[in-house]
Parts: sequence; structure tokens; C-alpha cells
Amino acid sequence: MNPRTIAAIFAGKAAGRASRLFGRGGGTAIAGLAALRLDSAIVRDLVGQAGAGTIAITGTNGKTTTSLMMSRIATAAGLAPLHNRSGSNMMRGVAAMLVEEASLLGEIADPATRIAILEVDEATLPEIAREVHPKVIVFTNLFRDQLDRYGEVDTVARSWGTALAREQLPNAKQQGSPPTIVLNADDPAVAHLGRAYAGRTLYYGVEDTSVSVDAIDHASDFRTCLDCGAELSYTATFYGHIGHWRCATCGNARPTPDIQLTRVVLGDDSTSMEIALPAGEMRVVLPLTGLYNAYNALAAIGGALAMSLARNPTVTALEGFSAAFGRQERFAVQGRDVHVLLGKNPTGLNQVLRTVAANGGQKRILFFLNDGIADGRDISWIWDADYEIVQPLTDWVLAAGTRAEDLALRLKYAGFGDEIDAERNTATALQRALDATPVGETLHIIPTYTAMLDVRELLATQAGSSRFWEDG
Amino acid sequence: MSGSRTLRVTHLYPRLMNIYGDRGNIMTLRHRCEARGITFELTELSIGDAFDPQSADLIFAGGAQDREQRNVAQDLLATKADAIREAVEADVVLLAVCGAYQLFGRFYRESTGVELAGAGIFDLHTEHPGEKTKRLIGNIVVNWEGQTIVGFENHGGRTHLGPAARSLASVRSGNGNNGTDGLEGVVYRNAYGTYIHGSLLPKNPAFADHLLGLALTRRNGDAELAPIDDRAETRAHAAALSLKP
Ligand SMILES: [Zn+2]
Repeated sequence: MNPRTIAAIFAGKAAGRASRLFGRGGGTAIAGLAALRLDSAIVRDLVGQAGAGTIAITGTNGKTTTSLMMSRIATAAGLAPLHNRSGSNMMRGVAAMLVEEASLLGEIADPATRIAILEVDEATLPEIAREVHPKVIVFTNLFRDQLDRYGEVDTVARSWGTALAREQLPNAKQQGSPPTIVLNADDPAVAHLGRAYAGRTLYYGVEDTSVSVDAIDHASDFRTCLDCGAELSYTATFYGHIGHWRCATCGNARPTPDIQLTRVVLGDDSTSMEIALPAGEMRVVLPLTGLYNAYNALAAIGGALAMSLARNPTVTALEGFSAAFGRQERFAVQGRDVHVLLGKNPTGLNQVLRTVAANGGQKRILFFLNDGIADGRDISWIWDADYEIVQPLTDWVLAAGTRAEDLALRLKYAGFGDEIDAERNTATALQRALDATPVGETLHIIPTYTAMLDVRELLATQAGSSRFWEDG
Repeated sequence: MSGSRTLRVTHLYPRLMNIYGDRGNIMTLRHRCEARGITFELTELSIGDAFDPQSADLIFAGGAQDREQRNVAQDLLATKADAIREAVEADVVLLAVCGAYQLFGRFYRESTGVELAGAGIFDLHTEHPGEKTKRLIGNIVVNWEGQTIVGFENHGGRTHLGPAARSLASVRSGNGNNGTDGLEGVVYRNAYGTYIHGSLLPKNPAFADHLLGLALTRRNGDAELAPIDDRAETRAHAAALSLKP
């Protein structure tokens, strides 16, 4: 290791320790920044030591869950993941994780068994690809999310295309062939990436149209053909612009997936999946609900296949899976069964609302809407989400968060009533929701990202026990 | 007051121009009509559909992404612009938000210097200063007719009004048309253009009623709008006044 790398690791470790010592938030970012400032190539050098290679996972929704699934699969297959699991998915977060894993001499222990599993922010993917040339890149989906930060979804789609074009150039192939890309066939914006790609592609998709919905969501972001601009038509829509799409004008159409979900049954607490693979079949009972989690599992299966991980560990890991931090968690608090389901953009939220509605019964729902940087400061997306989905089933609702008043107005329009309370204090909102829920009954909490962090902390301190608890 | 009143609204390109929750504007127009016993009729027009200038009391168009805005711009000029101009000259109400606001001006100049023709309804043009220049993004509050309009703006283009154009409002906090002259939006006859979304109309009930009043006066000669329950609207408006830009 060169002295610059060693200095960077030392600085990163020291910064991380100091920030933890003083109890400051954002410790991972500080450690990563400190290391990158001294050695901009540190990510490349440390990731390069992972003997089993690198897989990057990106997309708007599902990248945290898919990465965690990949990590569990790799562990079940006997590998030791280098995984930025704290949700810090920009370059500095990846650097911080690596600095923590490396020795002071810049060495990753037991390198032959290591696999780098990088959850990558959609805007950071081009930078990560250029730095580490991953063996595999998994793309989950592309939706509107934080327009104020990323710009339009088209900008993100273009930057992904440019990054992949660069990976095919001869001078980029320092590590052999260009990455295998694992693509969601049902998302026209993601599937488009494979059209002109010279490297290996693996498509995954849902064949079972029994889970399709009648109408295209209001929150649908890619309605026109990326090749010719004509409006796309769908024979089946699963959510948002995800479905069986084709362009009548130029003939561009959903590719036939290599990994096909041929049968799916969405249950109260689990999802049973039958999957056709290029070689044989796989059955998985995933202990998560919602079609979006079935897509996450397909993406992880695609990633495992592309990384040549064996099938049995894949099934074992998925069947024993527990949800990623705050995505779908359950807490026992004050005798109530509290479900927390992250809802941070219109498409993701609609999926969550459908999942809540699918299980029937009367609901009590506490919604949070925050407008922090990590949530996106523009909250106009709530007008594209279909809160109406759960309205007929809801007998108690409260609007909370830093933008509670906007949310209460949206709920009024969704038919929840003229006098929805707006409560900005998180602890007060939570206690009111618990009080409104009879002992032994279920409370649903649907927060945006920063609200999830706050409410989760309150719940975790109060929880007697929890069924879905993050390990480690 | 006449026995039965109707408001006919035409929504242009609802599936292609829908990026910033603009559906909330249509929901608001519907709600504020139906709560007063006014029949609400909605027509949606997309690519290729012709517009009949006699068919609408109020026309709405929202924001789009760049790629979709180019498709829409072509179609607008080919199939609808003349008829919309005719309607606006006959005092039909028009509300154009964000991307549509730009499209209804004289032209849009890209950073490369290429000029795209607009529908020419408003005497204004928009220039994009290039990807290196900051987009104008954030919460915005403007002064309008002794009241306030609140919302969010997110635009790269800078809009400059021509001599025949009157601005809708003056910026209290935020950027507005171009971030420099302190003006926001445009008014011509009963046609309004603005960068403000959020959605615009749900939490600006006075402005929503102003548009409804203009449309109903023209159609029925009767602008009376009975008060309705605006507690949630007023509260959301008040909360937005104190947001950081
Ligand atoms: Zn096409």
C-alpha cells in the first residue's frame, strides 16, 4: 500500500471514531470524506482486494432491500460481504465502510472470501462504475424521487446510459469484460439500458399477470418510448410504469426475461414465488409482503446468478430474510402491533398503500411527511400518490411531520374528512396514534425517510419485542 | 343565481405533463365546483387531439420533463395552438404551470442558442443558461393582489416578460420568473402562467376561486361563489408562508 492510502485510512478511522465519540450523526459520511480527501483512489484500491468481485446495486426504489438480500445470499454462500449497509450510498459512504473494514496498513482481511456489495445512489452510479468497474451492476427501477436533488428522471437515465457506454470501451476493461448488467424488463427505462449493450445482460420480470392492476397509476414516470417518443401501451400494469409494455410505433417492446416470476401469491406476512431460471426452477417463500419486494427478490436472484453464487444459499437466504432498516418493520409497543412501512415517493407509496389495503380489516394509519434534504424538499408528489386506496378501510388517521398541514389537505381530498389533524411533533403524533389503537390491534405508520429515522428511534426504545428486527 | 351552473375544464396532455403533482390542480377545481353545486365537466386532450375553442371555460396545462416537453411542443403547435389562442382572445380562462408556462410564450432558447417556437399566447420568452448554471429550486411566496400565493418552483429556464406582458405577482421569497427582476408569472386577459406548483391550487384557495370566478362570469354571467370549508386549505397556506425558500 502506498503511504497516501495508509494516511487516508488513518484519517478516516480517526474521523469516524471522533464522530462516534462525540455522538454526532453522520459519522459515516465524515469518515469517508476524510479518507477521500487524502486519497481519491481509496475506494478503487480497497474494493479491488475483494477476491469474489464487486456487485453494485442501484435504482430509485428497492436498492437497500436488494443489497441486503444480496449480502445475506453471499453470506449463506460462505462469502464475507463488504457492504455499505448503513444506507450511506454515495461515494463517501462506500469509502467509510471500506476504511472501517481495512487494517491500518490498507489491507482487507481474508481477501479471497470477500465480495463487495455496494448499494449505490442513482446519481453516484456513474462515478462508482468509473472507479471500481464492477463485475455486475443491478438496476432495480427508475422513478421520480427528489426532483429537487436529482433533476428529472431522464437526466438519471441518460447518465446511466453514458456510464455503461464507457464501461464497454477497451480502456475501461482493466478487469476483463464489461460488467454483466441485471435489468428489470418490466421497467422501460431500465430495460432500455440493455438495448445497445455489448456486454452480458440478464433480464428479470413478472410473468404472472394475476397481480396486475386495472389502470396505470397516476404516478407513472415513463409513459413514452425512449427510442421514438410515442406513448407506450401496456397489456398488463403492475405499478407505476412497471408492466408489460410495448411501443406500437417503433416496435420496441419489453424483452423476454431470463428470470421469470411465473407465479406469485401475495399473503399477509409473506409472498410465495415460483421462478423460472435459465436452468431450472426455484421456489421461494419470502417473509415480506408487497409485489415490490418480489421485484427486489428477483433483482437479488439476478445478481446472485450473475455473480455465480449457488442456488441453495440463495433460497435459504431469501426465505430467512428480514427487512432492511426501516423499510418494513414491526414493533410491539404498549401492547400494540406497530407496522412501519417507508413511503418516500409516489410509486413506492402506492405500493405500500396497496399492501396495507390487501390485508383487509379496519386500519389506523399515521402518515408522516417531512421535507428534509434526504426526503426531497418538494412535496408536490403527494398529489400524484393515491391515498384514496386505503381511505375506505381507514377508521383513524393522523397527518404528521414537518409538512403535516400539506398532508392533511391531501388527505382531505382523498376523502378522509375535512378536519384531519396536523401534528408536527413526532413523539406526540406517535402517542396519539398508539392511544387511538386498541391494545392487541395493529397500527400502520407510513413515514418519509427522515421521519422514519425519527419514529423508528422512538419505537425501538419502547419496543418490548419485535418480530422483524434488523440483525447486526 | 341561475339554477344549474356548469364549468367545462380542458386538461391538456394530462399523462405527458404531470411531473409536479399537477393533478392536484384539477382535483381542486373539481372540489370547489362540486362543493357549490356546480357541475364539473373534464375533457382530457393528448397528442393528436384537436381543441375546439368553444368547448372549454377553463384550460389547464402542467409541467413536463424535457423529452416529453419536446413532443408536446410539436403537437401543441401542430394541432392546438391556434385554437387556444382564439379561446384566450375570447376570454376563456387559461392556467399554464411550469413547462406549459414556457411553451405558451414566444420562444424557448436552449443554452446552445437553438430557439424552439412557442404558442405565442404570452408576450414572453425563456432562456436556458446551460447545465452549469443553477436551477431555481425551492419554496416560493409571492404577493398577488394584496394576498399571497405559496408553492414550490423548480426550473432551469429564465423567463423574461415582453412589453405587452403583465406579471402575475411580485416575489416575496424565492426566485420567480428569472431570479433577478423580482417578478413571477404572467397575466394576459384571462390567461395565467406561473412557475408555482406544489400543487398550486389546493393551498391557494383564493387564487383558485379567482380563476373559477372569471370562468363562471364569462359562461353564466354569474360569478357568485358561496363560501366553503377552507380550514385545511387556509392552514396549509399559512404553514407554507414560513417555509425557508
Ligand atoms: Zn417507440
